[in-house]
Parts: sequence; C-alpha cells; structure tokens
Amino acid sequence: MGAGILEERKESILVKDHCSGNGKGIQCETQSVSGAVSQRACVYCGARVVLNPITDAYHIVHGPIGCASYTWDIRGSLSSGSDIYRNSFSTDLRELDVIFGGEKKLTAAIDEIVALHKPKLIFVYATCIVGVIGDDIEAVCKAASTKYNLCVIPIKAPGFSGTKTLGYKMACNAIMEVIKPHVQAGQIKKGINILGDFNLAGEMWIIKNYFDKIGVKVVSTITGDASYDTLIQASTAELNIVQCAGSSTYLATRMEEELNIPYIKVSFFGVEDTTSSLLRVAQAVGDAETLARTETFVQEQSKIAQEFLEKYKRNFIGKKAAIYVGGGFKAISLIRQFNEMGIKTVVVGTQTGKKEDYDIIESLVEDDTVILDDTNPAELEKFMKEKEADILVGGVKERPLAYKLGIAFCDHNHERKHALGGYEGVINFTQEVNLTMNSPVWRYL
Amino acid sequence: MLDLTPKKIVERKALRINPCKTCQPVGAMYAALGVHRCMPHSHGSQGCCSYHRTFLARHFKEPAIATTSAFTEGSSVFGGGSNVKQSVKNIFEIYDPDIIAVHTTCLSETIGDDLNTYIQQMDIPEGKIVVHTNTPSYAGSHVNGFFNMMCGFIKYLSKATAVKNGKIGIFPGFVNPGDMREMKRLAKLLKTEFIMFPDTSGVLDAPMTGEYEMYPKGGTTIPEIVSLGDCEKILALGELTSMEPAIELKRKCEVDFDSLPLPIGIQATDAYVMALSHFSKQEVPAELEEERGQLVDIMMDAHANFDKKSVAIYGDPDTVLGLAAFVLEMGMIPKYLLTGTPNEKFTTKANALFEKFGVTGCKAKANGDLFELHQWIKNDPVDLLLGTTHGKQIAKAEDIPLVRAGFPIIDRYVHSYMPLVGYRGAMRLLELICNALMDRRDRDAKDEDLEMVM
Repeated sequence: MGAGILEERKESILVKDHCSGNGKGIQCETQSVSGAVSQRACVYCGARVVLNPITDAYHIVHGPIGCASYTWDIRGSLSSGSDIYRNSFSTDLRELDVIFGGEKKLTAAIDEIVALHKPKLIFVYATCIVGVIGDDIEAVCKAASTKYNLCVIPIKAPGFSGTKTLGYKMACNAIMEVIKPHVQAGQIKKGINILGDFNLAGEMWIIKNYFDKIGVKVVSTITGDASYDTLIQASTAELNIVQCAGSSTYLATRMEEELNIPYIKVSFFGVEDTTSSLLRVAQAVGDAETLARTETFVQEQSKIAQEFLEKYKRNFIGKKAAIYVGGGFKAISLIRQFNEMGIKTVVVGTQTGKKEDYDIIESLVEDDTVILDDTNPAELEKFMKEKEADILVGGVKERPLAYKLGIAFCDHNHERKHALGGYEGVINFTQEVNLTMNSPVWRYL
Repeated sequence: MLDLTPKKIVERKALRINPCKTCQPVGAMYAALGVHRCMPHSHGSQGCCSYHRTFLARHFKEPAIATTSAFTEGSSVFGGGSNVKQSVKNIFEIYDPDIIAVHTTCLSETIGDDLNTYIQQMDIPEGKIVVHTNTPSYAGSHVNGFFNMMCGFIKYLSKATAVKNGKIGIFPGFVNPGDMREMKRLAKLLKTEFIMFPDTSGVLDAPMTGEYEMYPKGGTTIPEIVSLGDCEKILALGELTSMEPAIELKRKCEVDFDSLPLPIGIQATDAYVMALSHFSKQEVPAELEEERGQLVDIMMDAHANFDKKSVAIYGDPDTVLGLAAFVLEMGMIPKYLLTGTPNEKFTTKANALFEKFGVTGCKAKANGDLFELHQWIKNDPVDLLLGTTHGKQIAKAEDIPLVRAGFPIIDRYVHSYMPLVGYRGAMRLLELICNALMDRRDRDAKDEDLEMVM
C-alpha cells in the first residue's frame, strides 16, 4: 500500500496474510470518504433496485427529475407478465414545488395514474429534498390508499440518510407492508419464497425451474418477476431462501420474527453453491422422496456443468481474477466459482459487504489477495496492475476502467449479458469469461 | 409488450412519464470533463455522483471520473461546508487535478449551501484552482447544467487583458467528442486560430493505450479558459445551450459573440464555415467545397427514398433543432419535435423552421415527455424516429425504425466518436436515416417485391 491511497481509506483495504493478521479485520459498512471517487450509490438507489423488479408496480419518484431518469429501465430484470415497471414515473419537482411543497403535486400524480390505469400497487420514493421541504408523503400515501382502496407505500429514501444498505432495508419494510395485511390466522404453510433474486437475464426462471423439477413449490419470488398478486401470498410459505443476502436478509429476518417463516441463505452461482443450495432446500422442506429426486437432479446437472467446465479449464490455466461487486455474498460465490474454474482471485472487493462477509472472503482466498471495501478506480487500477489480474468482474462503472487497462471484463450486475445463475449460469459464465479473456481484440494492444 | 401508453390523450399536470431530460448536475459533470486535468465534484449525496458517472459511462463507454461530497444526515442539517472542504483537500492530495469544478445538487441548493463562501474559506494548495456553479436539479435540465458549468469556469477564470489573442472562441454546445473533433477540423481547414470550450475530445473518446489515465490528454486547458477573455469573438453554437456562457463572457470581458445553430445539415454548416472564413479571412478551401458537393450529390442520389417521409425528433433542444433543419433540407417532414428541457425558445425556433420550409401540420413542444410523444404517434404515426435510446420502447411498440442521435445513447456503440455536425456529419446522418428507411422496406417486402437494385 502507500502511494495512491487516501489515509482515511487504509483501514478499508486488507491484504490477506495468515501469519500476521491484525485481528481487526477490514473497516466496512461506513459512509464513503468525502472527496473519494466512490463507486457506490445511495439510499434511494438501494431501495429502488430491490423494489424495481416488481413488475406491475407503479414506481413514482417524488423529487426532481434526475433520480427518475437515472433509474428508468436499467435493471435488466425480466417479467413474465406486466411491464409497467419498465416505465418511469415521477413528479419532476420544480422550483415552485420546492418553495411551496410538493404534496399536492404528488397527490395529483397519484390521481393521474389512477385515471390512466388500474394500479394495484404504487411505491412512492421520496428523494433527497422531499424531507427538507417538509412534504409528508406518508399522509399523502395513506390518503390515496384510502381514497382508491389500493396499496400505496411511501419509501422515505433521501440519498444522504445512510448507505445503499439502508435503502435495501427500506425496500424490505415496504415489501412487509404489502405482505402483512394478507396474513391470515391458521394458514397452512407450504412451499418456499425465493428472496434476493431479481430475475436478471431470467435467472429467477432458471431457479424456479429447478424447484419445479425437484418438486418444491415456489410461492413468491421477491422481487424478480414478482407481481402484487404473488407477493401477497408470501406469508403462506414454510421457508424463505435468501440469495442476495446483502439486500434481503433483513426481510427474511422480519418474516421469521413476524410471520414465523424460517430462512436459509443460498447461492446459485457456481456448481458447488447451486448444488448445496438445492440440497439444503430439499432437506428443509421435502420428504425423503424429494431429497432423493434432488440428489439425482444435482448429480446429473453438476456432471453436465463440470464436463463443460473441464473443456475450458485449459484456457484458464494461470489466469487471475479481480472481483468488485455490490454485496458480500456474491463476492463469496464468485471466489468459489473462479476456484472451480482454476482461476485464482487476486483482488476482491464489495460496495456494501458486511463484517461477516469479509471474514468468509478472507478465509476463502489465498495469501496476498487484496481485499477492498467501497473502493475507487485509482485503487482498483493499482491493485489490478500489481496483482496482474486478467479479468475484472464488476458493474457498469468498472467496465471502461478494465478495458482501458487492457483487462478482460464480465458484467455481473444489471447489465449482465446472460443468465449467470444455476447450472446454466455456470455454462454461460464460463463461456463469457473465456470469450472476453481470449477475444482477438487483446492481440492488438 | 412495452405498450402501456393509451391512445387517448388526457392532460397531465403533475405526473411525468418517461422523461426526455435529466437533471442539471450530469450536464455540469460533462462540461467539467471537457477541461484538461479537471476533477468534477458533485456537492450532494453520493448517489448523485454515482448515477451521473454511470449515465456518462453508459453513453460514452469510457470511465467518467468525478468525486462527491458524500452528504450525511448531519450535513443536510448543518450544511455541507465541512464535506466540501474535506473533499477538496482529499482530492488534491490523492487525485492531484489542476482544478476542481464543483457543482451543486438539489439537496445542497435546497439547504442553501453557499459555495462562494466555502471556497473562500478553503485552504487551496498553491497553483491549484477550485471553481463552482449552481446546478439546482429542480430547474431547467441537464442542458442548463452544462452551460451553467461553462459560466462557472468563465466567472472564475476568464480575463480580459489589454491585448487580444487573435483567436476565435468556439462553444460547441452539448455534443459528442466526435462532433467537437469535426468542428475543430473545419476550423483548422479554414486556418482559424481558436479555443474550443469545453472540449471533451481526447477525454471521453481517448484511445486504448493499456494505461488508465485519470486525466487524458484532451480538454480545454486552464490558460485557454483564461484567454477566452482576450478572444476576438465567440461562436456560440446552439443558441439554447451556448448563448448563456457567451453572454457571461461578454458581460465580464466584453468579447462579442455570434450565435449560430449547431452546424447540422447544409445551411447550418455553411453558416459555421462562413463565420470561420469571415474571421480568418481565408477562402473556403477546395477540400471543403468538395465535401459540400459530395453531400449535395448524395442527397440528390437518394432523395426519392426519404422525400416527404415523416419523422419524430426528440432529445436536447439544439440537437433536435439541428436535426430538424437537416431533415427539412432533405425534404422530410419533421412532424413532431419534442424536448424535455423547459425552454419556450425551442418551440419558437421550431415553428420558425416549419415556416421557413413551408411545412404544415408539424408540432413542437418543450418540457414534454416521451409518453406524450408516444401518444401523438399512436394518434398519427410517423415513418421514422430520430433521437436517443429512450425512444426505443416507442419504436418497438409501434414498429417504427429508430435512428439514434443525441444524448444519451446507452444501447449502441461508436456514436460518440462519429460526428453529426459538418458536411461529413450530415453524410453520416443521411446514410443512417436512409438505411433505416430502406432496411424497413426490404424487411417488409414480399419475396416477389424484394428489389436487388434500389
């Protein structure tokens, strides 16, 4: 370390060394340093990304236009039904609204939506200035709910009020508000809810298909390809499985405490994680027959994926990967997946990873691997070069950086090209990594 | 699919659906990236900066670098003074730019942060500069942010000395680096000494070198911005974008300006070329005469394929007006012109264009949105869409070909490298339009109607 690293950032960078671990671990779950080129987003962003995949919801952004523009149909989550969520609704607050308040405009906006369409569910996101100008969006939403007898849920998500993780939490609370009025006493609980998968490139469908095959009923998908009608059934599930732990563990905890639905954390990235996740779900909710079916299924699928992987492994000999993703759980899965491919992870970081995620990360990687929390392009560049990474896995802001350095890139975020979950995802991921690392373009550097 | 839009038009007063604009700060960030060794700084929540960088990265496919004050609850109550001061210190220490260009956000504006005072109180290292501009996200659009940032640089830096520098200042407007390169090429062909401001060429279209340069070679230099005050004249291209900074410079340094439309199409390019020629007192070189002749030649060759075809154009005001002028020259009908930017000058200018070319039944609207455009099209369709990526859903729903032009284009490549301006830009535009229309004819043709020669 040293040159090129802000003093305030040094605690957020760790180089694994099993001999002299200082025991403190990495500094994480803090706000970004002022003046840093942070790759991170805000509270509103956190809330929006979790709720956006709910396909028949009207997502109204209450604030100036920007926050609506930047989040218009960018998530890449697919729908098997409605596509209302792929439109952008906002109150586009202007100077006069800032002076006189925006409550009336919000009320009118909801009226106009009701006049145009037949909404069942509306989310109202209050962005940075709404609280400052004193709008009471809870009152507006409540009045609209009563007036039209529909579900209008306020999400008070000013960007400055915390990190993206707080936004996740707000989204989870909003989902609870959708679910709770539909809880009935003495419901028979059967099947599972899938939490924290957003159906990017159709990944939810892949996973749902597995549960179909092994005979486990899927009640609600939260929030990938979700709709109001499926969400309100969520309380009838007997188990929650949580894929994107960073965003959805809080929801799982609340559902456990308030609806008596236990949860397990799963991951469908890589052969190892997919297999163990399916088996754990079968053990938890299935009978002996289900378990046997699952065992056969995962064996078959693993074999196909492994055989496929074997063909490509020689292309990956000696290759090194850098990972910079949103949450800790995805980083962990990716390290495992790269291990399966024979690729060593030399740099790994997350935007919102938690202490326990970083502990697992540290236990998975080899000595000398650089671990980063809330990093910036300068640090990424420095460590990727130092560690001679051949590929970076990240999101849209990291892509041009990798390319500028002449490093291959795979988008594991909103702009992923192919489904990367499940066994199909292993095949897609392997092909994508192979394609980018071995593209002819690198010959012309 | 993707067809939420009802045909029946009901007036909306509060609800914005599918916007055709975004907020000021992203424009300010883009303008600041056009200054050499400048770090754009977003004074607001960290999400703003992240969204703007992502937005720019999606359009330019380049790293768009900027820093943020990263507001907290505390800063929203007590003001963001300490955040921006700490930021500036950190930025100079770690990223070492020559200049930091601060822009505000809706939050810092609403809580009333006074950047003038904050900057005066800062401990700025010797030889380094901090400038700022106010970009309240609830006023104007990203276009305002772009010219406000230009005004900010001018206010802080431009100076008139006793000696003129013999140069013409070119304000290119909110265009791509490819356009700026073409504008500069034309200026060089006319042997004009010029300063282009801002200039994102060489920054957001920097070549692959295997190195990541936080500050690539391009961008207007600080001495050049200072020297704008000594320019003989300014060419403000795109009245709705470049006029404000030209007025600012006139006020501060008494530099005269000519306001011209963006040089898209024949007449607008002619006007640009003539202005340069008039300034440099050079004849228009044969090379340019040749390009112009080629453009007219192509228009003649192909005119039967686009004559009287109707087109809906949407995006930023000056870009839409420029594109409209060119399609009118081509004999097309710009049936709908729409911008999200609230500025009634747009409608006035659009109507003047309709009148000049004698077309009727065309409609122009400022402060509109794409939902409304979609409704117009549902009621009375067009042959072609010309504008940003955000029209893609309309194109799909109505099965109308879309030619991408303007900002942002987040679903295609290469566009930011290629000009729409100048005679060459017009040739490219014509090719894109003509191909889109003719590809559609081929696609729709029955087997027996498919023509090999067209």
